[in-house]
Amino acid sequence: MARAEKIKYLIIGNSAGGIGAAEAIRGVDKAGTLTIVSDEPYPAYSRPLISEHLSEGRPLEKILYRPADFYDKNKIKTLFGDKVAQINFSERTLELESGRTIAWQKLLLATGGSPIVPGMEGKDLKGVFTFTTLDDAKAIDKFLKQRQGKIKAVVIGGGLIGVSATEALLKRGVEVSIVEMKDWILNTILDEEAAALEAVALSGAGVDIITGHTVARINSSLLGEVNGISLDDGRSIPCDMVVVAIGVTPRLDLVAGNGVKTNRGIIVDRRMATSVPGVYACGDVAEAYDFVYGENRVTPVWPNAYTGGRVAGLNIAGKKAEYGGGTAMNALKYFGVNILSAGMVTPPDDSYEVISQRGDGIYRKVIIKGGEILGMVFAGDIEKAGIIYNLMKDGVNVAAFKEALVADDFGLASLPEKIWRARLEIPASEEASIVPPVELPEEAVIDE
Amino acid sequence: MRKVYVREEVCIGCRLCEVYCQLKHARSKDLVKAFKRESPPPLARIRVDEKGVVSLSVRCQQCDDAPCVQACLTGALERNPESRLVNVDEDRCIGCWTCLLVCPLAAIKPDTEQKRALKCDLCQGEEIPVCVANCPNEALVYVEV
Ligand SMILES: Cc1cc2nc3c(=O)[nH]c(=O)nc-3n(C[C@H](O)[C@H](O)[C@H](O)COP(=O)(O)OP(=O)(O)OC[C@H]3O[C@@H](n4cnc5c(N)ncnc54)[C@H](O)[C@@H]3O)c2cc1C
Repeated sequence: MARAEKIKYLIIGNSAGGIGAAEAIRGVDKAGTLTIVSDEPYPAYSRPLISEHLSEGRPLEKILYRPADFYDKNKIKTLFGDKVAQINFSERTLELESGRTIAWQKLLLATGGSPIVPGMEGKDLKGVFTFTTLDDAKAIDKFLKQRQGKIKAVVIGGGLIGVSATEALLKRGVEVSIVEMKDWILNTILDEEAAALEAVALSGAGVDIITGHTVARINSSLLGEVNGISLDDGRSIPCDMVVVAIGVTPRLDLVAGNGVKTNRGIIVDRRMATSVPGVYACGDVAEAYDFVYGENRVTPVWPNAYTGGRVAGLNIAGKKAEYGGGTAMNALKYFGVNILSAGMVTPPDDSYEVISQRGDGIYRKVIIKGGEILGMVFAGDIEKAGIIYNLMKDGVNVAAFKEALVADDFGLASLPEKIWRARLEIPASEEASIVPPVELPEEAVIDE
Repeated sequence: MRKVYVREEVCIGCRLCEVYCQLKHARSKDLVKAFKRESPPPLARIRVDEKGVVSLSVRCQQCDDAPCVQACLTGALERNPESRLVNVDEDRCIGCWTCLLVCPLAAIKPDTEQKRALKCDLCQGEEIPVCVANCPNEALVYVEV
């Protein structure tokens, strides 16, 4: 075997997690060799924006996550459009599909998730798509451009990705039906009431929503193209295309049977380290600490991938950093309905307290147990939601002011003085000097 | 860098800071035109929270390790390495509101009409931010920290 080059920091996955790590590494070590491998042939782009690419043709340059000169500027070597075929953890090498072998000192697995496609009849037909990559969006775009007349789509799965695909298709003039197995759409990220607000908006835009059913089969025309689907109750819906959006699953292929501890995802500690020394993981592939549940969970959202990546990167580069934890959190703006949710969205049993407020398209709800917030859903009026999220993240006991959390006039001033002072106070630093100089009352500068 | 802080003890909740912020970020620099004729109306990037006798003029504190920058889905939120200011690149912001969810001060204002996040920019081009300069009670101070 040819003498392999040895890379100090090797990152697999060029998305939120990989970039978070690369930026953190470069914050500590400006020169150590850093390589990012990705099987997608593009510089990092904002994955959620593939919907904008499909709906309005927003080009790659306008969905880039970082400026075009990012890799050069940060001395990052890129191997894009190449796939890691396998990793040898004891030798600390990996093999690329292109045939190269690379040796590494520290490795980050930021391989994300892959779309789940159930083994149903017709899944390989022309006109069946998934919707998680820019190439997926491009493939759908190409399909739509080749077709004449009214196109009808069935989106399987009413989660975030399904709704995102639906909005884009609708904007392209496609008629859409969503088939959702559970009782309401967006059921993993919204409670029934907030989901209903979204469902009303979707229906108003002409989307046909079928809940409580699954697609049993995708039907084919004589030409081998999609011409409809059959539901589990035997009903069939004619359509020209299908988008399978029932979820993503951690992409574990590289670690399978390799000694890296996994559950649903790759298990990492608070430093984002896996069970194998020198190997870290973050993002959709990882099962990291969830501060709401107090245990490791897969929380496949962009901010957690970036932040987890950042923590991994700091540790990889030799700094000590701990992941404060993340939880499921989502911001939705589909069809003009603004909703923010985080943590639990429905209490698992009646030992939880629910405090809510509703009216006129506005809905605010917090879930509390033992005085601490464990979940939140804010729809319509979302401006103060960040205050609530941070009370939840910080584990603040809100028992004494819980009713205020969902009130119309809620704000920082509704919190105990100690809390707002800590957030707004001038840091007690010797260098702090006021411009222009004014006299401060004593208590404003004293750290309690 | 310099940041704006509120001295709660002397903030009376007059909201002039909001008004000046709106005007500063309006297309028209004329108070009456900005408030009566601009459509969409100019939005303030700061906010006064009140409860009983407590009033707090709140704005982005340009956090170190800013959670909004980390959470931003598109990369529109970025920290200027020289000024340390956290900026929103309005071309790249799509108004997904993820930043709102993580901000401990709720200091990001959603412009739901134009679908972009707005935040305090410390009035670039001004010696002192207009909220500080126009606070009748010197309740806002501009501090080097
Ligand atoms: C349509 C859509 C909308 C979304 N909307 C939101 C939203 O509004 N808010 C939100 O928070 N999140 C959203 N998400 C989820 C978000 O995109 C993910 O949580 C995030 O991308 C996870 O980042 P990551 O770095 O862990 O992995 P990914 O973004 O999945 O990237 C992993 C990368 O690694 C590459 N890779 C994997 N294996 C290999 C290998 N063997 N060799 C080489 N390369 C490999 C993959 O090809 C991929 O490029 C959305 C996702 C989709 C698809």
